[in-house]
Amino acid sequence: MITFEEAGFSYADTPILKNVSLNVEPGSFHFLTGPSGAGKTTFLRLCYLALRPTSGRVVHYGRDAATASRDDITRIRRKLGVMHQNCTFLDHLSVAENVILPLDVTERRQSQSERNRDELLDWVGLSTRSSAKPPELSGGERQRVALARAVMSSPDVLIADEPTGNLDRDMADRLLMLLIELNRLGKAVIVATHDIALIRAAKGQVAARVLRLKGGSLSQAGAEL
Amino acid sequence: MLWRRISGDPAAERIVPASGVSAWLIALSALAMAALAVAALSASLAASRLAERWSADLARGATVMLTAEGTRLEDETNRALAALQTTPGILSARVLPRDEQNALLAPWLGEGVSLDLLNVPRMIVVEETGDGPDLEALSLRLRAEAPSAQYDDHARWRRPIVLVAERLMWIAGGALALIAAATAIMVTLAARAALAANTQVIQTLRLMGATDGFIARAYIRRFTLRSLIGGLIGVVLAATAFAFLPDPGAGNAFTTGLAPQGREWLWVMLVPLFVAGVTYLSTRIAAARMMSALDDI
Repeated sequence: MITFEEAGFSYADTPILKNVSLNVEPGSFHFLTGPSGAGKTTFLRLCYLALRPTSGRVVHYGRDAATASRDDITRIRRKLGVMHQNCTFLDHLSVAENVILPLDVTERRQSQSERNRDELLDWVGLSTRSSAKPPELSGGERQRVALARAVMSSPDVLIADEPTGNLDRDMADRLLMLLIELNRLGKAVIVATHDIALIRAAKGQVAARVLRLKGGSLSQAGAEL
Repeated sequence: MLWRRISGDPAAERIVPASGVSAWLIALSALAMAALAVAALSASLAASRLAERWSADLARGATVMLTAEGTRLEDETNRALAALQTTPGILSARVLPRDEQNALLAPWLGEGVSLDLLNVPRMIVVEETGDGPDLEALSLRLRAEAPSAQYDDHARWRRPIVLVAERLMWIAGGALALIAAATAIMVTLAARAALAANTQVIQTLRLMGATDGFIARAYIRRFTLRSLIGGLIGVVLAATAFAFLPDPGAGNAFTTGLAPQGREWLWVMLVPLFVAGVTYLSTRIAAARMMSALDDI
């Protein structure tokens, strides 16, 4: 699905990522950890084609990111669900409208889409907040809405950047369970986090690979996790 | 196809945050531009109508002026009349009677002046057929039959009148082009402002897999519909004003009403579509340029 082949990214001659090789396969679960500024967000941006690598290759569904056209990028993004760190919403739309947006903007809304959306809102525990506007939501609620929106279009890969950053422990564990549930449905999940407790909580429940980014280089995390 | 693109995608418009006053400024601009376009169009149509009328009136007639003196005048008049009546392309020819000639000259000479006291040339009024006579052959024949006769086909009157009318039409056409350009500039500025204010929304939509065409349609639809509404109101206001202009009179050969007449109103009705079309194209181009310039991929 997504393959990194010695991929790197530099910004103004400053290397952010170096020689990253990784294969994201269907049904895989990856945790990406590392200190702030290690390049986690850059790695994820390469995953959802917000950046092109400056060295090596990143291949999405057989298309090299370096030469992918705008149409290719649009097609690939329709197979990805992304939870951004800052959870950007369309503030003039309600929670329910924001959640169904990935189907609306790709003109894929069907008769059962609204029922699916309501089930998703129930799944993330926000069925009573469906008519609220995003500015009225708490940080935790925003992250759960972002998760519902990311999976609304039934993507092959779910990419989450610090999904538990604004959540308390209970809510973080609950969100983790939602991610694991998705993974059991065959979706690939990539979670960038520096929440070690979250990674430990996942142990024994899902066969996750834990990767560490340090100084722009990717390595398998050690036994300390 | 155009209407489908403008009106057929209300879902697209919903995703774009309200553009504040800019969308309604587009409507107001469209109103003003449509009213000006109706004025320019009416002026152009009136100029065209006037040119046609003047040209047609003058083209049908010609005049032969005879300046011989004494008994020669009568002889030359008869010979010229005979020559004219047997020339192909001449429908009729008659000597202008003294009383009609008096009436024509009365504004300059005053009432009651006998033309017998003055050496006034004799006039023959000629009505030509559609194609008219062979002027060169006719001139040669008249020179032989009546040396003092001068054939005047009114071309020297007609030419400047037609030229003026043509220039008026060009000026009105230029005004329409300027109105279209001003509309395009205003719409482009408003569209760029609206898009620039929503860069983050556009990037979010792109990350969800929205095509640039889908995002652009939201702005195109909003601006084009506002422009169409403004254009319609502008045309109604301008058309009402023109419809109530005083009528110079049907029998007046030298003037024509400024208000469009008959089928000309169809052109006026196209003005809102014209303004909306300019808005559609301007928004589309502005949106495409703005989105291709966004630095994300």
